[in-house]
Amino acid sequence: MTKLTDLSMADALAGLDNKDFTSVELTEAYVAAVEGGTSINAYTTQTPEKALEMAAAADASRAAGTAGPMAGIPLAIKDLYCTEGVLTTASSHILDGFTPAYESTVTSNLWRDGAVMLGKVSLDEFAMGSSNETSFYGAVENPWRAGDGKSRVPGGSSGGSAAAVAAHMAVAATGTDTGGSIRQPASFCGLVGIKPTYGRCSRWGVIAFASSLDQPGPITRSVKDAAIMLGSMAGYDAKDSTSIDTPVPDYAAALTGDIRGLKVGIPKEYRLDDAPAEILALWDQGVDWLKAAGAEIIDISLPHTKYALPTYYIVAPAEASSNLARYDGVKYGLRVPGDSLDSMYANTRAEGFGDEVTRRILIGTYVLSAGYYDAYYLKAQKLRTLIAQDFENAYASCDVILTPTAPSAAFGPGENADDPISMYLNDVFTVPASLAGVPGISIPAGLSGDGLPLGLQLLGKPFDEETVLRVAGVLEEAANFTAQPNNWWTGDKS
Amino acid sequence: MSVDKETVARIAHLARINVPEESLESIAGDLNNILAWVDQLSEVNTDDVEPMTSVVHARLRQREDVVNDGGKRDAVLKNAPETEHGFFAVPKVLE
Repeated sequence: MTKLTDLSMADALAGLDNKDFTSVELTEAYVAAVEGGTSINAYTTQTPEKALEMAAAADASRAAGTAGPMAGIPLAIKDLYCTEGVLTTASSHILDGFTPAYESTVTSNLWRDGAVMLGKVSLDEFAMGSSNETSFYGAVENPWRAGDGKSRVPGGSSGGSAAAVAAHMAVAATGTDTGGSIRQPASFCGLVGIKPTYGRCSRWGVIAFASSLDQPGPITRSVKDAAIMLGSMAGYDAKDSTSIDTPVPDYAAALTGDIRGLKVGIPKEYRLDDAPAEILALWDQGVDWLKAAGAEIIDISLPHTKYALPTYYIVAPAEASSNLARYDGVKYGLRVPGDSLDSMYANTRAEGFGDEVTRRILIGTYVLSAGYYDAYYLKAQKLRTLIAQDFENAYASCDVILTPTAPSAAFGPGENADDPISMYLNDVFTVPASLAGVPGISIPAGLSGDGLPLGLQLLGKPFDEETVLRVAGVLEEAANFTAQPNNWWTGDKS
Repeated sequence: MSVDKETVARIAHLARINVPEESLESIAGDLNNILAWVDQLSEVNTDDVEPMTSVVHARLRQREDVVNDGGKRDAVLKNAPETEHGFFAVPKVLE
């Protein structure tokens, strides 16, 4: 018999509807999986009692005929989302002991629709990183290991989210994406991850990194699951001034499988000279799959692509330096005493922030400081306009854009630790869409020579997640990615 | 534009992060590498380009100028490391 934890969200919902099992049974299976998988270090906080309470409520609502669209589905929540009464850390020492008095809008939406919280999952500190190695609570391990048996990072910053879903320690998880933090870990862990259009999901109650880029989204095991969960997460919120008041479509209904005549753009600038051959081969394979499904392939140009990463590494640290000014040892979290107010601030922030967060705050402070603002920050904002215009121009001739998600499969712990820029290069294919605010999804499409998952990325027009999901569904079917990581973390081979 | 130890010390002070003297040199090195890398943006002529502040092409909404929230002093103070008489408490500022 299939284990309950092996079911996709869509299949679990069908099983619940069919009374094959209850949400309490499903949740108990997940609570056991979470407890058995602690060697992965995905969870920072487990909430089994709360989970079982929510599951019982979901079962009651199903019996009463009032079940929401995600009733009874156990989820992992990225520890960047504020959860009322539950420790929320952003994986940072500086938020020691912080238990919010309020619930983020996105998690409120999920609970409204009946979802169940298993706990909070790790991330790179304040979502700054591509490997989940900068968490104060320790690195997270990718459930996938290379053929040589060596461990791999799960990607980041939503590394705990992706690891939890890949190890079947949650049906799905929330993530957040600022420059690729949903899509790259999804690619590294063989999962589906969608970053919606900026403004589609509310940022209220999500701890801010770079506010003009941050966007919540789901990490799931299938495109259909992503459609279901995005439908619950999305929606207008008056508490987020950049939330867009436009109806949330039925995303699952968009998965018709029919992409005949659809125009798929292939940007020549993404064909990097030093990209691994297997990444380029998978991209070509993706083109063939879409062509075979009746799509029209069009060569396009996004001429400012090479400037996206340096632009991002001015804009994001600048916003971060401003957003993270609130951690001052006064309102919440860590306080390290000093002999004056200023020294208390400086001591608290020195001890509370890790190296990468400190580096980005300092860069951000520098590019915003008097005399440098025009040369760096204003220049980057202008480049951002050009990068967004590239996408607008491209979408005049195509409906979606197909690219690889990341320039490599999951790398090993410590591999990019010495050189910040080599770590930043992980986001080369994901950052441009973040700067332009357009939606993007990563779909598992194949395995590397080393036996690790590789993802393909589809980018869409603003607020056209439906087309993105529809094409993703076609790619998913063609790729037929059924590989699973070997379970080394519990020793349970059943 | 190159960052030296003194500049790192100055921005660390602006950011209110206590950076020990022995770390200034290596942080200056990191920042210089990153700044040299982002300098490639100067290749692009942006004379007639408007800076982007938001990808959302919507005007900020306005609402009625009324009190719509409040009365949450205890919830606001709940996570503070130190409070006194219903206020945040900080080291003495005035002698």
